[in-house]
Amino acid sequence: MTEPQITLYRLQACPYCERVVRTLNELDVSYRSRYVEPMHSERNVVKRVSGARSVPAIVDPETGVTMSESANIVEYLEGTYGEGGA
Amino acid sequence: MPDFDVVSLPETDHVAEGDTAPDFTRPLVDTEYWEDRSLDSVVDGPTLLVFHPMDGAFQATYLYNTVDEHGWAEDLDVVGLSVSTPYAHKRLLGERAEGVRIFSDPGAGVIEEYGLAHDIDGMTGITETRPAVFLLDADRTVEYAWVASEHPEFPDAEAVDDAVEDLLD
Repeated sequence: MTEPQITLYRLQACPYCERVVRTLNELDVSYRSRYVEPMHSERNVVKRVSGARSVPAIVDPETGVTMSESANIVEYLEGTYGEGGA
Repeated sequence: MPDFDVVSLPETDHVAEGDTAPDFTRPLVDTEYWEDRSLDSVVDGPTLLVFHPMDGAFQATYLYNTVDEHGWAEDLDVVGLSVSTPYAHKRLLGERAEGVRIFSDPGAGVIEEYGLAHDIDGMTGITETRPAVFLLDADRTVEYAWVASEHPEFPDAEAVDDAVEDLLD
């Protein structure tokens, strides 16, 4: 099994996370989902990787980018993996 | 005549010593998050694979107390599996089972494949697992197997200790 490109920290049934998933699928970027707890205080792993406890958050080892906020993430993914992206 | 019933369980064709533990993929839960993992990707050395009744049942509690008391997770990878949800596993891991990760198999598909399915009287629609302990080497060969033949029944911790010691030597 090859390593997926992106690690996505997400919450079950979080619409902002679903938006990122839709973008990943549209761009055909492979990813793995890591589900965390609804309780903010229980999300230390997300804080550790991204500096904040909010989800969605992504880690892209290819570019070294770690990012939160779905609008930022979608923009980053389209810019990096979309047509005309790097 | 005792006034309680320990129920004998029927014979079952379960995964046994010498078999290769069947691979499967299920959400694997640690203290921080869960993600889909295959057993194959988790086993990279001696591994204790423990099937236990649903989180909250005293059998699960006792079993992880035994894991903690014997320090198995300090000696090798310990992974559990039950029909409970990832949320329930996270709660359990907050209280006990230091260093353990637990697969979530609510549909009991893995439990069925391992020959461990057990219907609990009065919990219609839930397939439980018999308690079972499998000691695997790095290529998932079963070096030691124990499967409950009575309900309830607990593994012989000293026998597991000995099997772990033999494998790690």
